[in-house]
Amino acid sequence: MNRNLIIGTTLSSLVIFAALLSFIWTPYAHTAMNIPEKLQSPNWQHWFGTDHFGRDIFSMIMVGARTSIAVALVAVSIGIGIGVPLGLTAAARKGSWLDEIIMRGNDLVFAFPAIVIAILITAVFGAGAINAIIAIGIFNIPVFARVTRGAALSLWERDFILSARVAGKSSARISFEHILPNVMNLLIVQGTIQFSLGILAEAGLSYVGLGAQPPTPSWGRMLADAQTMVSFAPHLALIPGVAIILTVLGLNLLGDGLRDYLDPRLRIARS
Amino acid sequence: MLRYSLKRLMSLILSLAVASLVIFLVIEVAPGDPASFMLGINAQPDTVAALRTELGLDVPKTQRYLTWVSNMLNGDFGTSYTYRTSVATMIADRMWVSLPLALYALVLSTLIAFPAGIYAAARRGKAGDMAVMGATQLGVAVPNFWFAMMMVLVFAINLRWFSAGGFVGWDKGLWAGLHSLTLPAISLALPQAAILARVMRSSLLDILGEDFMRTARAKGLSRRQALWRHGVRNAMIPVLTIIGLQFSFLLAGSIIIEQVFYLPGLGRLVFQAISSRDLIVVESVVMLLVFAVIVVNFIVDLTYAAVDPRLRSRT
Repeated sequence: MNRNLIIGTTLSSLVIFAALLSFIWTPYAHTAMNIPEKLQSPNWQHWFGTDHFGRDIFSMIMVGARTSIAVALVAVSIGIGIGVPLGLTAAARKGSWLDEIIMRGNDLVFAFPAIVIAILITAVFGAGAINAIIAIGIFNIPVFARVTRGAALSLWERDFILSARVAGKSSARISFEHILPNVMNLLIVQGTIQFSLGILAEAGLSYVGLGAQPPTPSWGRMLADAQTMVSFAPHLALIPGVAIILTVLGLNLLGDGLRDYLDPRLRIARS
Repeated sequence: MLRYSLKRLMSLILSLAVASLVIFLVIEVAPGDPASFMLGINAQPDTVAALRTELGLDVPKTQRYLTWVSNMLNGDFGTSYTYRTSVATMIADRMWVSLPLALYALVLSTLIAFPAGIYAAARRGKAGDMAVMGATQLGVAVPNFWFAMMMVLVFAINLRWFSAGGFVGWDKGLWAGLHSLTLPAISLALPQAAILARVMRSSLLDILGEDFMRTARAKGLSRRQALWRHGVRNAMIPVLTIIGLQFSFLLAGSIIIEQVFYLPGLGRLVFQAISSRDLIVVESVVMLLVFAVIVVNFIVDLTYAAVDPRLRSRT
């Protein structure tokens, strides 16, 4: 076990635990307004204080973790679900017109930053958490397609793949039975990185109003609400920001740690 | 080199054509008719029909797409549905905020990342390297708009060194303009600087392991001389590529940062356009951003190939 892996796992599990716990318990109902207790600084009753409606920030952060994780997780699944088969196909048909189309298509999608996709979708269908998921998900597709293709290409040169071909297996079957398991480690590491990027992107999109809409709590929207009050209630902006940073930091460290753990060659090269 | 450039140019034109088609089609599926939206629910059918003709909405889709593209090539982006003014003029006005902001951030990011990355690579594994790498780890985890809010709190509200938002305009002078873009540019630059510093470090570490670096030391150069004359120069190639790519991230990122500082840039324009369903403005701004990304990538590819001949044959 390395240090990155330990810190990363601890931070990530803490956030995931808070998100899961929020389904059955939060200190207060996250939507419960209590105007007389508004804008309190952190104290024993309200650990993270209260917002301008007197809502408990600790509870909102817990439920907000749910939104962040759900959006980023589904976006990563979209990226893997579409990108990995594309990458496997491109590698299996290396140099063919199919490979060319897939890779050019990837380049094209890369030209649309997630915020631009979100703007397009929102302009047409209106704002919502689904748009953030689709925008970040589309952005993830070429990332996974490229990683998968790159790793699969070198595997296709290996002897054990040659034996599988001699045994008469189709390239689709080889991709699925032999290539996929061997790129799995890489996909787990990339998945962790895209997951953390997804959390950042979700926060940014909800901050500008292109993501989750009220009453769904989200860290990005909490920051948007806090903006006008930052001079007299800085904790409103400070706490969601720290929540985002710790989550993203945790996932990045987890990704780094997993990479070192799963790929012993890198570990030797380092020491 | 010429053959490679022509090939890349062909794929540039193809990418732009497909991207414009995708954007056009997405905007096409938007529910509701712009003409009836502009005139409100009590409009007479013949007024709506007249406006549809005026906006060119009554011709077939293929023809509309071709007209849109050929007009754009002539610098005509159409007329805004809500403001009834030329979209090109609206965008040009806003570009004078967004573009300098992105460039300013790019310069800052480079100025921070280069020394940090070179320092970390030169002191590999020591405390200085650890500190820089720790800082970059934190830098990539901080949302830039949150960092912007914190800087407003510290430098605008508490210390009063900068204004909390808004843009004074370039007619107040270059210095005043830059001053009001400083906090936005720093917040935009910092996360990118963290990424760039990491690239600089790892690129330089790769070079430091090369044989020619040992030769440089063997012929009597000091560590410092070898690092600067042979190391940093060779490490620049991948770093320059990343800088090129970052420009498009910065331009897109400025959309969010403009919201924090109430800057009248492309971001504000596009959000106003979304809420007033001014789809032609949304369409044009999105096309412009995608155009910028594709063209910058094209330039980066060409520069890369010009510097490193090995790359020309690869793609």
